This record gives sequence, structure tokens and C-alpha cells, in this order.
Amino acid sequence: MAFNFARWGNDLYTGQRSYPIMQKRRIWFSIVALFSVASIAVIALQGLNLGIDFRGGSEFTVSGAATTDENAAIDAVHSVAPSQEVLVSQVGDGAVRVQTAELTDESELNDVRDALAEAYDVPATEVTTGFIGPTWGASVSKKALYGTLVFVGAVVIFMALYFRAWRMALAGVVAVLLDLVVSAGVYAAVGWEVTPSTIIGFLTILGFSLYDKVVVFDKVRENTAAVLEQSRSTYEERANLAVNQTFVRSINTSVVALLPVAGILFVGAFLLGAGTLKDLSLSLFVGIAVGAVSSIFLAPPLDVAFRQSDVKIKEHTAKVLAAREGLAQEGASEAALAAAASGASQLIPGSHQGNQSQPRRKGR
Amino acid sequence: MAIFTMLLPFAALVAGSQLDARSDENPDGASLAPGLALDLQGGTQIVLQAVTSDGSDITPDAMEEAVGVIRQRVDANGVTEADIAVQGDRQIIVEIPGEVDDATIALISKAAQMKFRPVLSVMAPTATPSSDAQDGSGDGADSGNADSGNADSGDGASATSDEDLLKQIAKEQEGIDPTDPSDLAQITPAVQQLADQLDCTDPANLEGGGGDDANLPLVTCDQTGTAKYILGPVEVDGTDLKNASSGLITGQNGVVTNEWGVNLELNGDGAQKFREVTQRLYTLEAPRDQFAIALDGLVVSAPSINEPIPNGRAQISGTFTRDSAATLANQLSFGSLPLTFDVQSQNQVSATLGTEQLQRGLFAGLIGLVLVVVYSLFQYRTLGGLTVASLVVAGAMTYVVIALLSWGMGYRLSLPGVAGLIVAIGFTADSFIVYFERIRDELRDGRSLRLAVQRGWVRARRTIYAAKSVNLLSAVILYFMTVGGVRGFAFTLGLTTVIDILVVIWFTHPMMELLAKVPFFRDGHKASGLSPDRMRVSSGPRYKGAGRVEWQPAAAGASSGDAEEADEGAERAPAYAGAQAQSAPSTAGTPAPARSADGRRMTIAERRAAERKAASEAAKNEEQL
Repeated sequence: MAFNFARWGNDLYTGQRSYPIMQKRRIWFSIVALFSVASIAVIALQGLNLGIDFRGGSEFTVSGAATTDENAAIDAVHSVAPSQEVLVSQVGDGAVRVQTAELTDESELNDVRDALAEAYDVPATEVTTGFIGPTWGASVSKKALYGTLVFVGAVVIFMALYFRAWRMALAGVVAVLLDLVVSAGVYAAVGWEVTPSTIIGFLTILGFSLYDKVVVFDKVRENTAAVLEQSRSTYEERANLAVNQTFVRSINTSVVALLPVAGILFVGAFLLGAGTLKDLSLSLFVGIAVGAVSSIFLAPPLDVAFRQSDVKIKEHTAKVLAAREGLAQEGASEAALAAAASGASQLIPGSHQGNQSQPRRKGR
Repeated sequence: MAIFTMLLPFAALVAGSQLDARSDENPDGASLAPGLALDLQGGTQIVLQAVTSDGSDITPDAMEEAVGVIRQRVDANGVTEADIAVQGDRQIIVEIPGEVDDATIALISKAAQMKFRPVLSVMAPTATPSSDAQDGSGDGADSGNADSGNADSGDGASATSDEDLLKQIAKEQEGIDPTDPSDLAQITPAVQQLADQLDCTDPANLEGGGGDDANLPLVTCDQTGTAKYILGPVEVDGTDLKNASSGLITGQNGVVTNEWGVNLELNGDGAQKFREVTQRLYTLEAPRDQFAIALDGLVVSAPSINEPIPNGRAQISGTFTRDSAATLANQLSFGSLPLTFDVQSQNQVSATLGTEQLQRGLFAGLIGLVLVVVYSLFQYRTLGGLTVASLVVAGAMTYVVIALLSWGMGYRLSLPGVAGLIVAIGFTADSFIVYFERIRDELRDGRSLRLAVQRGWVRARRTIYAAKSVNLLSAVILYFMTVGGVRGFAFTLGLTTVIDILVVIWFTHPMMELLAKVPFFRDGHKASGLSPDRMRVSSGPRYKGAGRVEWQPAAAGASSGDAEEADEGAERAPAYAGAQAQSAPSTAGTPAPARSADGRRMTIAERRAAERKAASEAAKNEEQL
């Protein structure tokens, strides 16, 4: 029988099957730390491959070209400006985008345009020109940065109020920021071009990733709402159950979110070539994947780690563990202990089951 | 009610498309197809950065005024449907459909300057017909003005183009030696001819753009095209204006009247020049006692001087309303800035490329949608159909709202916007996933479907609201804090978030409640996605509440999954492991051993449970025999 997803979900829900995500948080933290350090190192050493919008330059788009041969464009540009570095990419059917450093001279610009028109055998009107000042992209990303900072601040406040726990808010935001660092690291490592569309993508990741974490945290909140009023399981165990219980949802959500993005990526990369769609979907794809993993393996364990500094939680954990120790010595049911440790919601029925075992009313 | 609210936008759109149909003449009209932004329909986008040469601050009011100046230039140039907007605090985005030549861009990005010039002559706005350049009869009889008659005949110039006239004006001015800038001798034949030719009712002549020579007389129009002026050389520069404000005029005895006026304050240098000018002008006859404030080459105001102004503090009074006074004050403040525009980027998208991008984008969306549909059907079986239906409803609503917005607010769908819509498929589907998973959780706790839907909804709703608020928060902040493409993206993301919430409340949840009554789902048909073998814990005792304990025999699930179960026994948390692992051997009739498969001692409860299970299975086996 094939792997039964629903059954697996059931087991996760009841705690019959449980992955010790919280208990092994040191492992996840080290992995994340490793990735983050590597990402920062790559970004620092190699740098991001900034697109024309950040460097500034001239851009020509040839529409309706007979061929999309890159060399034709390079030769055409070099015939006018020999020392220019030329970046050629295909944009859609029979359209070619040629990027160079900024051509300040008007006549040079027109010459390149004519040369390109000739090279691709199209009328000069089919070649559109444009230029982007080096400050344009910078000003866009500066705006985006401010937006991000305000957003993060607002979200911390929102989450702290909603969950009534600033530690949770902090854990969520730290996790999201690490997502961004790792995503950017992937970009730097692979050398993909960073354009304003990429920035949009990263901003969306921020939103999506937080969204995902809020859903997981909401389950943690639900499970741990009354954690201090009982002494069967610790906060850590309850949180772990929550994460296990939302496992199926997390997987489904990530897949459903990734599928359309994969659709754009496919169309963008294979049918359209370079352009907004591809840049956007690529950063989204990387970011959503990273974010989905971190919603399970990073954010809740971070929350638990932060909670250990909460005196109340700490005392409660100590109390529960002590009580359990005591029970174990008294020879309590190991199954009950194990169930408690997995945070299972179901109590283990004992031998006294049903109303048969209820004390009978006298005189009946 | 909900259905009515959902259908209302559709009705509005259909009505709108019938009553106010979009066409070439009515580009802002309604249409069943949403309006497209530049990157999808093709066109030119120019980003201008406002720069002050002296590093002074640019107020938002000044930027609005700058947009006004640029709009005037663009509109007068005959470009329709240009979209001009302030972006951030010092950028102006000009979006023009179709191709734009370099001359237009140069015109658009020219600096707007304000000059104070003395008025030499004021005329009716229309061109004097007999000397119209197009008529080619410039030397005809000029009845209107004695001067012009002399000018034309003396010069013999006929049907001369404006440019030639400007050159001629420059040449003629060298020949004369005006006593002061108000000297009427400056109205040379060429100036007069130019003035006669100029038709201020033609919008093309209200283009402005400056470029006038400060030392020469200027023939120009009132900004609104209601008057024509011949102005003397520049006497005071706009940058000498320190500040302009509007307010109620204070009368002579210090009483505030209820008349609106504009107060000007000039800096030291300007005050000095202004004193000289006003001293000269107020003695002259009308209209030469006026000085014109020309912004971007067009006259915004031409007040007459009532008295010399020695201290550089002038007050313009007249038939101002509160608004018109504020407008003039804003125009003057704007003109006082040494503002120039740098073209920061200029981008052309050809129409074919734009169309292609749109088609491919929609194709991508379709692929994404199909993948999501397949996946949700796989995950949720028939219930996945509800996801698909909800997505379709959400999609239709989004489409209609965008079409409505493009009618009502002039919203234009851009490529990042399309991407936002496609990404939103995932976000939207997620609220259904959260909802379904909560229902499943309730089912796993042994509740009936009706109850599970009820309780699951209450819990899912909370999560959905919380998570969607984060989404909405990000969309709103991105929309207001950022620029350009990011905005289009944030807009669609925010829009779909809101629609998503509405669809979950108005469509998905009521549908789910209805479905819960259908036997197919209620009884947990295998293909319903809610079947007991998928939803219920397949074995082991379950406390059902009220003192009842349910023994789920798990016939179907367990028998087929027994082999798997045994393998997984060790991996499972040991809560039921003992009972589970024992079920197989106990069928052989042996009493349950005290130890489970992994060697752990079983509790009494577990042992008894295992025994009882074994007994029941044995009984069943006998029945079958």
C-alpha cells in the first residue's frame, strides 16, 4: 500500500506519530546558522549580480527579429562602441533585449539602434530604446527597504498583540529575516540577476513567510493556551504537537503556493526569457520554499527557545518534569508518560471504561 | 444577502459597460476587460527626478504644481491619456501610450521657471485672422491695430514661421534702444506679427515649456488661454521670491477683511529690483501698469501696480476665492524653486511585446491554476472541488473588481500586478486548506461532520483572520511606502486578500455547511475526502465523551495496512504501540503477552485492550467461518 497521506496526518494529529522538532532544535539552529553565515559570506565575497536598473545603462529591445542570435547584437553594438560590454537576452518570441552601459551620446545611441535594426533585419522603429539612471533602481530599493522596516515593525506589534506574546513575534520576525538572508544568499551563490522585480519577490516572501508562520503559531497558541494550568506536558511538548498537527497543512500550503509560482517560472524562463515574470517567480520560488521549511523547523523552535527565558514557563517545565519523574518512580503507565511527552491530546483509556465502571447509585 | 452583495459588482460592471462604454473617445469608460498598464499595452515611461540647484527642500505642494506644469505641456502636445503621477517625494512618472519622440521628452523634462515681466500689451486670445501665418496674407489690411499695420507693411514679412520671427525679433531688438523694459518701442513689427499669429484658444499654444530669452520681449498666453500678452524683458527672477502665501487681506487699519489675496515676499536682491519696477510701473497707463508673472512661459497672473512696493512685500488682491488664492500661491512657491527635472529612466515597451507578456502571463496563471486544481483534488478528493469552485468565484470577483476599478479609479493592470494575481492563487487556496484541515482535525476527534464543520469553522476563522491581516498589512504598507511596480503588485495582493476573506465567509463556508448535509459527505464516502478510514484514528480505543468509549475496529484501514503498520511500529510514538503490535499475534488465540514488540512492559490497560481486541477479532473470525 502506498504511503497514506491522510493516515499519516491522523497519526500526526493524535500524537501517535511525532517528530521531535522542538527537542532537536539545536540541530535546526546550527543548520540555519550555517546557512546564514554561508549566505552572508557569499553575499560579501561575491556580491549580488545587480541588474541594469541598479547599475544604470541603456537598453534596446528589438521586436519581431528574424533570428534571436546573440552574437548579431554583440557585433552590432561593437561596430559602434567597440569597448562596450553587451548583455543580450531573449524576451519572448522573436524579441531580443540588449543592455549596455549608458550611452550618453545621442548620435551613438541612434547608431547602435540602427545597427541593431540592420543586424536583426527589422525597421528601426521596431527597436525601442530606453535608459535607466543608476539612481533609479537604488531609489526604488531604498523605498522598498524603508517599507520593509516599517512592515516588520508593524508585524511585530501585530503579532505581539494577537498572540499576547512578544517572544512569539520576535521568533517569527527573526525567522523571516533569516529566510530573506538565505534567499539572498542563494541568489548571490547562483549569480542570478537582481532586478526591481526580484526585490518585489523578496518583499512578497516576507509577507508569505510571515503568513505561514502566523498559521503555525496560531496552532501553537491554541495548544498551549492552558499549558500552565495542567501538569501533564510542558510547553515544549505542546508546541511540538502543534507543529506536528499542522504538518499536513504546511505541506499542502507550500505545494499549493509553489505550484502557480512554478507555473510562472516555467512560462517566464522557457517561453518568455528574461523579464519581470521570470525574475519575480524565481525569487518567489526560492523564498517560498525557504519560508515553508523555516515555518516548521525554525520559527516554532525559536519560540520555544525564547520561552525558556520566561520564568513562568521555566518553572512549569521543571514542575512537569519533576512530576513525571515522580510518576515514573511510582511505576505509572509508561504509555501515559509517553503520550504526555508527545503532547497527545487523547488520554489513554484505562481498564475502567464506560459507564459500567461508574459507581452505582444505591437503592436502585 | 451575501449572494446579492457578490452579484452587485457584476451587475454594476455590466450596466457600466452598457451605459458608459469604453471607446477611443471615452478612454475612461467602463469595459468588460480591465485597463492595461504601459508594460502590457506598450508605451513609454519616463521617470523624472526633481532637482533643486540650491539644494532647497521640495514640498509636496510644489511637486503637485510640477505635475500640473508637466501635464500642461503634455496635454498641449496633443498626447492623449498620458498618466502623470508623483512618486515618492521627488519623482514624477510620466506614462505615455505609444511611442514618443525625443523632442517630446526634452519638452517634458525642461525646467519650469518663473519670471516677472512688465506687460506691454494685452489682447484678445484669438489670432488676428488677416495676419494668420497659414493664410499667407500677412501683408493684408490690419484693421485691429495701427501699429501692426505699420509693422507688416514696413517689414514686408508674410507667412513667416514662428521660429523665423523669433530670430527676427532678436535681430530687431538689437537695433532699438529701449529706455526701460516697459518701452513700447520694443513691440517691433516681428513681435507684433508673432502676437497676431498666436492663437491662445488653440491648446497647442498653451504648452509652455519656457525657453524664452530673458532679455527679449515675449509674446505669450494666459495659462487658461483667455488672454494674450506681449511682455517686456525679465525684470525679476522667480528665484528671488522668498515665499508666497494666501490668506485674508488685512485692511489698512489692521482689520482682517474677508477678501482673499496672495502675499509675496521677495529676498533682498529681488526687493531692490521690485522697488524700481513698481516705481516705474505705477505711473504708467493701463495695461502697462501691470507686471506679469510668467510660469513656464505662460502668464499665471498679471496684477496692476497700485503703489510702489519698497520692502519686497507685495500683496495681490482681486476677485480671489479661497481656492484660487491658494492655487496662485502654490504656483508662485513652485516657481520660486530653482527646479529642474532630470530624466532618470526612460523605457519603451513595444505594443507587441506587451501583448505577448500578457498572454504568457495569463498562460502561466492557467498552468498554475490547473496544477493547484489537480493537487487539491488529489489531496481532498471531492472536497477539492469546493476549493476549485471557491477559487473560480474568487477569480471572477477579482476580475470584476479590477475591471470596475479601472473604470472608476483609472486603475491599470501591470505585469507585476498580473504576477501578484497568480501568486494570490496560492494564498487564496491556503485559506481553504486551513479550513479543511481544521474540519479534519475535528473529525479526527470523533465529531460528526455537521459539528466538525461548525467547530472547525470557528477555529479556522480565527487563524485565517490573523494570517490574512498580516498579508493585508504587508500589502498596505508596501503600497504606501514603495513606488512603481511594487505598488501594482502590492495592490493586487491586497485586493485578492480581501476578496479571499469574503469568499471564504460568503461562499466556501456556506457551501461546506450545505455539503455537510449531503449524505455523500456526511457519511464519509470514500471519495468524499472525509471518509472515516482517512479521518479517524484507525485503531485503538477512543473516548467519545459521556462515559462512552469507542472501539474503532479499523477493519478496512488496518487490514490493508497491517504490514506497513508492523514496520512502522517502532517509529510511532509508543502511546498505542503495544496494543497495535499485539493485534496480529492475538488473533492466534494466545493471551496477550506482558511485553510489547519493542520489549517494553505493557500497562494493565494496554494489555486488557489488546485482549479485548483479540477477543473481538476472534469472534468475528468465527462468524465468518
